Amino acid sequence: MDLTRLFSIALGAILIENFVLVKFLGICPFLGVSKKMDTALGMSMAVIFVMGAASAATWCVNTWLLTPLSLGYMRTVAFILVIAALVQLVEMFLQKAAPALYNALGIYLPLITTNCAVLGVAILNVDNAYSFLESVVYGVTAALGFTLAILLFASVRERLTFADYPAPFEGFPIALITAGLLAMAFMGFSGLKVFP
Amino acid sequence: MTINVLFAVLVLGGLGGVLALVLGGASQVLAVEKDERLDDVLAALPGANCGGCGYAGCAALAAALLAGQADVGACPVGGAATAEVLAALLGVELKKNTRLTALVRCSGGVRARRKFDYVGLPDCVAAMRLGDGGPLECPYGCIGLGSCVAACPFGAISVLDDVAVVDHERCTGCLTCTKVCPKSLIVPVPYYADIVVACSSHERGGVLRKVCDIGCLGCRICEKICKHGAITITDSLAAIDYEKCVSCGDCAEKCPRRLIVDTNLDRGPRLLSEAD
Repeated sequence: MDLTRLFSIALGAILIENFVLVKFLGICPFLGVSKKMDTALGMSMAVIFVMGAASAATWCVNTWLLTPLSLGYMRTVAFILVIAALVQLVEMFLQKAAPALYNALGIYLPLITTNCAVLGVAILNVDNAYSFLESVVYGVTAALGFTLAILLFASVRERLTFADYPAPFEGFPIALITAGLLAMAFMGFSGLKVFP
Repeated sequence: MTINVLFAVLVLGGLGGVLALVLGGASQVLAVEKDERLDDVLAALPGANCGGCGYAGCAALAAALLAGQADVGACPVGGAATAEVLAALLGVELKKNTRLTALVRCSGGVRARRKFDYVGLPDCVAAMRLGDGGPLECPYGCIGLGSCVAACPFGAISVLDDVAVVDHERCTGCLTCTKVCPKSLIVPVPYYADIVVACSSHERGGVLRKVCDIGCLGCRICEKICKHGAITITDSLAAIDYEKCVSCGDCAEKCPRRLIVDTNLDRGPRLLSEAD
């Protein structure tokens, strides 16, 4: 396997094409659970897990079921179905086998089942014609990009509690402005091209 | 055309069916046994999720109770009433429960000298970061910006004359404030502790006089006057042993700095052993 290609995919997914700040996918957990560092971290772990697993599962479904039967146009429906079932199954399995992990991820898992970032990664895998390994790497690193963005955002928001800004900006307005500034900072990576 | 549609419906329906079967099977195989008493125990707890019991919240305490790791009297908010319900639910014998209340061990406030006037965020932690431990000369003094007031889930704390004061009737003893105070001035005392030492300065008398008009000098008058041997002075600070204290109020009367406070003058002396 071509390691440089994997590295290029990883770097692209984390920085250059960051899911949240450049592609604007997965905005709702990004804004919803970023008030505190520990909940943001819990969410990130769940996202990494689900996006990695979803990439693997949807690659299998696409390659062995949809493509041979030329049902590519049903991709979105099939992917949602598979991802939702997979997350449900994993949740049940975790509750039985690893209660500690279940308690840590528990409430976040069902929240992101049909999240656009998760569906997005599955569809982008197909669009980019990634192999199985590339798909999984792309899924996990895209989720790491999400983690980076949400952790940065959560730490800024924690500090905002002590900041003195005008009252009309209280709550979501200041969060959206912060997110916008972060996204602008990530535009700086857009010129970065490692391997063509 | 129709064949294509039917085919797509069939394939996706089949996929859905297979997944449903797998999930259905998994829910049978992976079913987790749940204690039926959990919901009842949870309902008996106050649900404030204050963490006063030492667990992450009411659900965590409920789990610990069912596992037999926590005492039925562990919930300071629910007190004796909750303990009784829990004991009945779990079939455990009820242990005698002492209600706790929070005490701010500082009575300085406006009587404590200031290094500078603090203007900024109304938050003790923020103020502590300035000028080597905050605006007060006394390192043990209450800054009085009310971090504990904001943290108290029961509205039991207020700031009077620049020092935090706990309303012992409203205080449920959840002790959230003890974790918030950056100087750790708030300590748990028994609810029936009428006599309290409202100072936590370990400075020697000479030093303390310069920074505060009221703090404990460690003069040992209270230690000598107490007939029950309940007061000891360690590191220039009086401490009351509530096992021995009978709330007679002699020490409060004789304390030259008036910082030993008899909080319940009108109720009259009350033995701790009468409590509950």
